Amino acid sequence: MTAVTPAPPAVRPAPVDAVPPDRPAGRARLRTAAGFAFGAALLFAVAPLMLSDFRLALLAKYLCVAMVAVGIGIAWGRGGMLTLGQGVFFGLGGYAMAMHLKLADAGPGGMPDFMQLYGQLDELPLWWRPFASPWFALPATVLLPMAVAFGLGSLVFRRRVRGAYFAILSQALAAAMVILLIGQQGTTGGTNGLTDIKGFFGYDLDDPVNQRMVYFIIAGTLLALLALTRQLIHSRYGELLVAVRDGEERVRFLGYDPASVKLVAYVVAAGMAGLAGALFVPAVGIISPALIGIVPSIEFVIGVAVGGRATVLGPVLGAVAVAWARTALSERFPGTWTYLQGLLFVVVVAFLPGGLASLWSLARRRDVGAQPARRRWLSLGRRRVERTEVPAA
Amino acid sequence: MSGERLDGLSVRDVRVSFDGFTAVDGVCMEVPAGDIRFLIGPNGAGKTTLVDAITGLVGATGSVRFGDEELLGRPVHRISRLGIGRTFQTSSVFEELSVLQNLDIAAGARRSWATLARRRRGVPDEIAAALETIGLTEQAGNLAGTLAHGQKQWLEIGMLLVQDARLLLLDEPVAGMSHEERDATGALLETLSRDRTVVVIEHDMDFLRRFARSVTVLHAGRVLSEGTVTQVQADPRVQEVYLGHPVDAGSARTGREA
Repeated sequence: MTAVTPAPPAVRPAPVDAVPPDRPAGRARLRTAAGFAFGAALLFAVAPLMLSDFRLALLAKYLCVAMVAVGIGIAWGRGGMLTLGQGVFFGLGGYAMAMHLKLADAGPGGMPDFMQLYGQLDELPLWWRPFASPWFALPATVLLPMAVAFGLGSLVFRRRVRGAYFAILSQALAAAMVILLIGQQGTTGGTNGLTDIKGFFGYDLDDPVNQRMVYFIIAGTLLALLALTRQLIHSRYGELLVAVRDGEERVRFLGYDPASVKLVAYVVAAGMAGLAGALFVPAVGIISPALIGIVPSIEFVIGVAVGGRATVLGPVLGAVAVAWARTALSERFPGTWTYLQGLLFVVVVAFLPGGLASLWSLARRRDVGAQPARRRWLSLGRRRVERTEVPAA
Repeated sequence: MSGERLDGLSVRDVRVSFDGFTAVDGVCMEVPAGDIRFLIGPNGAGKTTLVDAITGLVGATGSVRFGDEELLGRPVHRISRLGIGRTFQTSSVFEELSVLQNLDIAAGARRSWATLARRRRGVPDEIAAALETIGLTEQAGNLAGTLAHGQKQWLEIGMLLVQDARLLLLDEPVAGMSHEERDATGALLETLSRDRTVVVIEHDMDFLRRFARSVTVLHAGRVLSEGTVTQVQADPRVQEVYLGHPVDAGSARTGREA
């Protein structure tokens, strides 16, 4: 690392009794409140008024992806854990919700349609039964992914698996989950997944009014998750997480166990992905292995990288932008999207490692910790940053 | 801050081997409470490895006691919580966090999760005091990555202070510092040793002569000589093995380092 300034003046600066200024709390809080109000207005008033039912349903889907992205932003952007398997947690949440809705559709004592179709089952499998109760199924959409993440994370982080090894491991998990689901066709619906979900706690999902309600639930949940994330990032824990990201060993020598610090972020991210999966099901009406495997898991990450992984809002904007671009471009130029997506990812990683959100903070370098280790990407990005810094100093 | 209890460090027959290569070969060393002990020796003598063993980074046999506590066999973060703090040859402050945040994290290893979940409000007293001690009060809000090299080293020391370390293990704290910065650092060490025990790995002979209270010379993983600066400098084995030529002990080396 280069020292920005030449060697310091002779003696240590005399102590000043003025307490150093903390971040300008008042104004920042006002700006955040304004930002939230703006976001709420956009999601709750502008979008429903401007968009057709079809587009609004698409937006609901994008916002679910954005929830996963918020979690990845915490785990990867702030915690340095590149998780390529968030589809697993998204899927656990989604399947938990879909199982409950299928059972509710089938009525008391009934079996989901697909089981009668290709299962030789006479009665509901044991592990399906608890999902008949909403009191079990709804908490399970979040707690189940969190529990899996806790188990996995405890093993992996204590053994100090990190970096690319962690990424590969998490990706393998996504592959394993898909194989498991497809293999158990009789009880999981196999490749088709759980489809044709009609009702949502007594509301008919074919009715546009109810679809709109689902959209509002999703938008509200996303805002709540953003508020939670903001609190997390600005808490002492959030600062500690960045420290673990940038110097895990150093943190250990300060008396912390970095494994538990990372575990919390990973579990929170998994919970967010689970919630997103659960809300995805009523919004789209289906959950299937193709929606939670390796490819969607990577697509979650691309959105986060494009938007800016270490900021609060970046992952959301990136996820929505990428998902929207995907729909728009594949409507017009089918087949080219995959290449464009790859290109986008390469360009962002090479030239704008902080994502689109860093354009803002490059101009005004404010948010501490918001630019994750540029130097770990290509040096090109680093030099650009320094060039913009010099005149400001 | 600290200073409830002043403990000494007792290293007995410590051995560290990597794949058959013995980096530390039965080192015994007693550092009395409140000492400023300099650990010197040619490259590869095992100085840093010894500190690694004391702090739990590498496995070792033998015994290392700080006060009444045995350190060997404990994980790194537990040893740290017993009041042992260290710095590294390369500065390892968290560059993407502010000076204040660096110190706040260093001070917080015993915080509960409930405290961690909340924001920091203002500047805790012990951190304000540490900021003054290391002379970085004005830079508290700056990113640590923007500090000059010497300031980063002081920040490291400041982090040990708020961490409540009672044994400071400093690995080449003045490397790359200007003369004035070295003086300031030396003065800082003297202040700190009033209620802490300090062990310094250093190559700079001039710095050693001015600030060491006692010296241990390591060579090839063993203790070659131990005593005051004068005693060690007069030791013919040290002159022969470590300093290369007997006369004019440190000047050649100092010239190179500076």
